[in-house]
Amino acid sequence: MSTATAIIRAGAAIPCRPWTRHVLARADWTAMTQALAGQPALALVALWADPSEAHALFLDEADGAVLVASTAIVEGGYPALSPHRPGAAWYERMIRDLWGHAALGGTDDRAWLDHGRWPHSHPLAARPGPMGPAPEPPEFLPVEGEDLHQIPLGPIYAGITEPGHFRLTCQGETVVRLEVRLGYAHKGTLALMRGKTPRTAARFAARLSGDSTVAHAIAFARATEAALGVDAPPRAATLRAVMAEIERIANHLGDVGAICNAAGFAFAPARFGWHREAMRRAAAAAFGHRLMMDAVVPGGVVADLAPGGPDAIAAALATLERELPELVRVYDNHASLIDRMVGTGILAADLAQRFAAGGYVGRASGRAFDARRLPGYPPYGSLEVAVPVLQGGDVDARLRIRLAEIAESIRLLRVLLDTLPAGTLTVSLPMGSGEGIGCAEGFRGDIWHWLRLDNGQIANAFLRDPSWAQWPLLEAAVEGSIVADVPLCEKSFNCSCSGVDL
Amino acid sequence: MVWRRVFRTLRDGPAAEPAAKLGEAAVRALAEQLDAAAQTRLGRSLSIRHVNSGSCNGCELEIHALHSIVYDLERFGLRFVASPRHADVLLVTGPLTRNLREALLHTWTATPDPKWVVAMGDCATDGGVFKGSYAIEAGAGGIAAAVPVDLKIPGCPPTPAQLLNGLRALLEANAR
Ligand code: SF4
Repeated sequence: MSTATAIIRAGAAIPCRPWTRHVLARADWTAMTQALAGQPALALVALWADPSEAHALFLDEADGAVLVASTAIVEGGYPALSPHRPGAAWYERMIRDLWGHAALGGTDDRAWLDHGRWPHSHPLAARPGPMGPAPEPPEFLPVEGEDLHQIPLGPIYAGITEPGHFRLTCQGETVVRLEVRLGYAHKGTLALMRGKTPRTAARFAARLSGDSTVAHAIAFARATEAALGVDAPPRAATLRAVMAEIERIANHLGDVGAICNAAGFAFAPARFGWHREAMRRAAAAAFGHRLMMDAVVPGGVVADLAPGGPDAIAAALATLERELPELVRVYDNHASLIDRMVGTGILAADLAQRFAAGGYVGRASGRAFDARRLPGYPPYGSLEVAVPVLQGGDVDARLRIRLAEIAESIRLLRVLLDTLPAGTLTVSLPMGSGEGIGCAEGFRGDIWHWLRLDNGQIANAFLRDPSWAQWPLLEAAVEGSIVADVPLCEKSFNCSCSGVDL
Repeated sequence: MVWRRVFRTLRDGPAAEPAAKLGEAAVRALAEQLDAAAQTRLGRSLSIRHVNSGSCNGCELEIHALHSIVYDLERFGLRFVASPRHADVLLVTGPLTRNLREALLHTWTATPDPKWVVAMGDCATDGGVFKGSYAIEAGAGGIAAAVPVDLKIPGCPPTPAQLLNGLRALLEANAR
């Protein structure tokens, strides 16, 4: 039997940069799905659709190859991937709700983003359908056992959070199952992007998940540039990386504070929050916006570093670097805090591998993937990014990965600012047609954007946030925990609702 | 290490920054909106409940920033509470997705009168970039499609300083 890789490569090649897309006939696609069982190293990174085809993006963990496969929608459906790649199930539900294509033989066909409240169903289909039947109350998976009770949480919680619904099924204090229901933050982003120029559509990419606005904007810009066959100037690529590393540090600082806060340790959010604010202010001084929203655009960056910018960044990094070892010692020396973190919310390495978990979730469970190294993109090639990896898979490991990444990003930022190339900030974009894929490493993990341009306008696009892989893993990691540890697990994963709600 | 930091804070003073001056016109305009009952009942402090109506989570980052020791909200009498039943103010972010309309209405109903609704960010103010989407409540745009809005703080996202100014203006107007 051929490998899935061989089957995909034999499919008709469609120009898509930098990775060719292969269109598979129905029988070949089916053979590919079956071959996936025998090729565990071929990770499913994303699954999406357009009005006439379903698309899957794979990463071969063995050699770093990226493979894109498509198949035509026949009689309203396509053979499902979920029996062989469990991470496909959420995507298949999303594809059904947005485009109306059924995943034939899929493991889960319950509604997902469509809560029965939109004016029509299948909003991205060539012909949207009538309003769907209200699926309220939502259907949750059955749980069997004695003395079970359920705790419903959200979509509006105590605390400043995103809207999601957590359904906890518990036996006494022990969580037997967590099921997450999302879709509340669905804003119709993909539909809004269609028919827009890349420059206008970039504003939506930058707002898919505000905490990763820079990383999403980079992935989107790179997809556009790939489709049109241009490269952002070296100075723009380096400035993008400066912004991305500031974003990574700021978010990691916020996360470490939030995780410790979930364990009731108020000192950490105070100090880490202080440093995060310093990073945000440095970003505002350097790039004119605290989150650096809309600073990265297809073709380059909107503006150069402000005159005081490098000094502001250097000052924030220096204070952070001075206090960081002390803060790590505080964490290490608080036995009551460590006791809550170690051994809590363990994500097994094989699960992280099966779902191709990126970022701190994957790296805390032994999966070293980092898009800055592989497939890699400028300016990271010569920087030799150090990627921390741990095996524990618990809350403690996810926190320590963040601490290590903060230190590495401080180092990277200094090198980037010292070696900032001279030159222009943008390259002009031709009014062309084409397909492109862009990826970028956000603080949460690897982000992938695909788009098809038709005469300078977005015909179709898909934006894949790392949370697609991480939400189902949070459900798995929480199983067997006590209820009081759920917030700890949740903060240590920090998945985005908006990022997957689209 | 924790104690060393605490001693340093006692010696050098808190990390919180001095408060900026408020704009008189904005405070007066808000005071005129408030009825007498609200003024006597709410007094000089406000309890705030954040409600997410489908934001991109950028606005939440800045609420978290405002919550940090740099801004030290509680010195102004402003604090975040866990339940709408304890709240005077609903601080709403997001463009009001159709999937969250009902949840926002429940939260609004659960908040006792008198209450204020603050629309935070361009999304909550008028739908922002998501205006016109099939997934967003049509009509007035932003959260005003479902609940009466007392104060709009535009920005994408508004900075913590802008947010703080808006909330303090509310507090001042409230005390007049
Ligand atoms: S106003 Fe801007 S930052 Fe706030 S939720 Fe809307 S898009 Fe995000």
